[in-house]
Amino acid sequence: MAAKHIGIGLVLLAFVTFAQAGPKVQSWQTDTGAKVMFVAAPDLPMVDVRIVFNAGSARDGDLPGLAKFTNAMLSEGAGDWDADALALRVEERGIQLGNGSLRDMAWVSVRSLVEPDVLEVALETVAAVMAEPTFDTEAIARVRQQMQVALRSSLQSPSGIAKRRFFQTLYADHPYAHDPGGDQQSLTAITRDDMVRFHRRYYVGENAVIAIVGAVDRAGAERIAHRVTADLARGDAAPRLPAVPTVSAGELRESFPSSQTHIYVGQGGMARHDPDYFALYVGNHVLGGGALVSTLGEEVRNKRGLSYSVYSYFSPMQVDGPFLMVAQTKNERADEALKVMRETLARFVERGPSEQELEDAKRNLIGGFPLRIASNAKIVEYLAMMGFYDYPLNYLDTVTDKLAAVNVEQVRDAFSRRINALTGIAVIVGG
Amino acid sequence: MKKLLSASVLLLALPLSLPLSAKVTEFKLDNGLKVIVKQDHRAPVVVSQVWYKVGSSYEPKGITGISHALEHMMFKGTEKLGPGEFSRTISALGGSENAFTSRDYTAYFETIAVEHLERALELEADRMRNLVLDTGEFAKEIDVVKEERRLRTEDKPSGSVFEQFNAVAWRASPYRNPVIGWMGDLENMTVEDLADWYRQWYAPNNATLVVVGDVEPNAVLAMAERHFGPLAPSEIPKLKPPAEPQQAGETCVDVKMPARQPFLIMGYKTPVVGQAKESWEPYALYVLSSVLDGGSSARLARELVRGSGIAASAGASYSAYARLSNMFILSGTPTDGHSVAEVEKALRDAIARLREELIGEAELKRVVTQTVASKVFESDSLFYQAMEIGTLETVGLDWRLADKEIEALKAVTPEQVREVARRYLIDENLTVAVLTPLPIDGKKPRGTAVSGVHHGS
Repeated sequence: MAAKHIGIGLVLLAFVTFAQAGPKVQSWQTDTGAKVMFVAAPDLPMVDVRIVFNAGSARDGDLPGLAKFTNAMLSEGAGDWDADALALRVEERGIQLGNGSLRDMAWVSVRSLVEPDVLEVALETVAAVMAEPTFDTEAIARVRQQMQVALRSSLQSPSGIAKRRFFQTLYADHPYAHDPGGDQQSLTAITRDDMVRFHRRYYVGENAVIAIVGAVDRAGAERIAHRVTADLARGDAAPRLPAVPTVSAGELRESFPSSQTHIYVGQGGMARHDPDYFALYVGNHVLGGGALVSTLGEEVRNKRGLSYSVYSYFSPMQVDGPFLMVAQTKNERADEALKVMRETLARFVERGPSEQELEDAKRNLIGGFPLRIASNAKIVEYLAMMGFYDYPLNYLDTVTDKLAAVNVEQVRDAFSRRINALTGIAVIVGG
Repeated sequence: MKKLLSASVLLLALPLSLPLSAKVTEFKLDNGLKVIVKQDHRAPVVVSQVWYKVGSSYEPKGITGISHALEHMMFKGTEKLGPGEFSRTISALGGSENAFTSRDYTAYFETIAVEHLERALELEADRMRNLVLDTGEFAKEIDVVKEERRLRTEDKPSGSVFEQFNAVAWRASPYRNPVIGWMGDLENMTVEDLADWYRQWYAPNNATLVVVGDVEPNAVLAMAERHFGPLAPSEIPKLKPPAEPQQAGETCVDVKMPARQPFLIMGYKTPVVGQAKESWEPYALYVLSSVLDGGSSARLARELVRGSGIAASAGASYSAYARLSNMFILSGTPTDGHSVAEVEKALRDAIARLREELIGEAELKRVVTQTVASKVFESDSLFYQAMEIGTLETVGLDWRLADKEIEALKAVTPEQVREVARRYLIDENLTVAVLTPLPIDGKKPRGTAVSGVHHGS
């Protein structure tokens, strides 16, 4: 299937916005110290549970890939079950178990029918996966191989290489610098002990947020939260991450035998709860955040036919995540594309959006609110995000007003203070 | 206007109460436009999709990729709207929109707050008949399409291998051509080609409007009548029936390009729903694919990824809904110290076992249970529900089939699974494509794939 744009879904997670009256969010603490976020969704006979730990690759320490490796091991055997038995007991009941990790978060998720005996197996399994993973040595060897294959696959794509280089250059020795997938050396070096230690430190109640959406009432949700966390060890929340270093301008070119050149241009962006969050977010929606409508899309794609996929985003994280502009074009036109991207940004920083552009972007973001919470799957991810980043429970009800309040001068001011169009880092990988 | 059917469809046969008794209503306008509405009142939003019966499998030689190129141009203006105005209008209403092209269909969609549905339908009706194909806009947009091809295929090992795989597997079937088109055809495509293609296929009697969300069927019908009703139908070309000859032996293609990770694809030609000798065959093939790859407890993960550990990943897939005969696909990536040949042998052995032995009752039960649960989970997504209806209608089947899947799967026996393996998953019917990586570092061939093809075993 070929689509006109690949932008959909690309950056939604980074920019969660709500407006008007959202679903009613309830929250409490389990007796194991975990924060619970719950929305009742009675219409479908199913439940989604997503447990998020502050245990992403920012916690890797000297071993890039450790967080992801540890997370991947969770479903490879836990409690009394080896990987085969674990997979079978969930799948023969139609339960869907998932896990994953990025820079900030690591998570385990489960989707089950609400039938009591099915749901009980789902919860029992998730509890074991989080609290009692086996870290079987054979399974470790197997997952190590899989991660090495994944690493090689990402290094056979110019975009995979460019993104890695961008983060390495921008974040220098900060924990965000390395790729969550690790590198060849660390993937060889990580031991079972490293993972047991990592698990013991970070997979603890105080470091967890549990999001629940489904056809259960408050009492049912309390039982679910208790069930999945009862066996978790106690410990401490992860410490704050260090501040992000300031990196001056740089341009890095790497040759790759491809027909296209991939361009990543950017710099440090913002953290969650940044005072400029709404001005930068709405401003970026005009610049390159809208899937089919944006200034970058107009300049790079529509006017010049340079690139199929061109966009920009802020990725707000625990500490400053990046601001990035991305495009790819045939090698012969790479310099032209880079120039257009830089000039478009410079013009935007200098002038800001027009009244009309800002108005349209705000209408898209505010009017699009109901779409962003139109399924249990979407709501549970947003709940996990809100819990993880400590958003107030009424956040959903306040965002519309905050979006509506952004004006042209605020956007121009925020961009001119935060984004220096003349510096930043450009990573260019291609033939 | 004639109302064909209004049925209350129960999604699943579980011992549960289903408060959302998903209601589907079907209409047909006098000009031939089919309108299918599915109610889902959980949120005040709606998904609207317009499906056209045209895609890459409709394309003659020389203009491959034209359906997809036209899809891009559908955003470039009509007699009433300027280039990009469609997208800007939907965006300012808080909606999101896009389109997709496949072998058997081209579809356009909006996801939008329910109060703006009518505006979306008005715009879709406008571009169904009143598109303006401007030479200058086309010149830029075809460059965008070529960049898309470079991104998805030229520079992407898996994309290149899959393209080569299809090109050698099918001798005559139009499924041999990539949806995005061959680069040479894109180079030579003209705006007049697109105008012809648009005239031939974009008409109400070649389209289905699918609306899923917080709507009342009669209200949607009234809107459809207002905006699509006045459009004139066309005479839609009748395609000659495709005639893929019987394959007479295995086909292999070795794709060499800069890469780091070898892998392979294997495909057996198989029938699809509506064209099988016996109607149970596609369902038996679906069960078979799930026995191999229906999760982490299925055979390929258990035996190749864990068990012997020769594969870092291995998969099987089969799509029962297509306009033309399709393939049952296996794929695998070896772990270090193991070769593609070993993975290929293990996949062949897994198939051979299915030809020889009956699958277990527990395996069969697991597949049915998973499918029953998936049906519930899928109803969480408006978009998925619309996709399911649109796909079935547009490949020439009936949306009601989606509600008969569970019943059909429950009727499949282990003997039938073995029987489809014996009939179709045989070497004479097989195509194998292997990626052999060329070094990435240093000065090596850039960009285009180098491939050697040989037919016969």
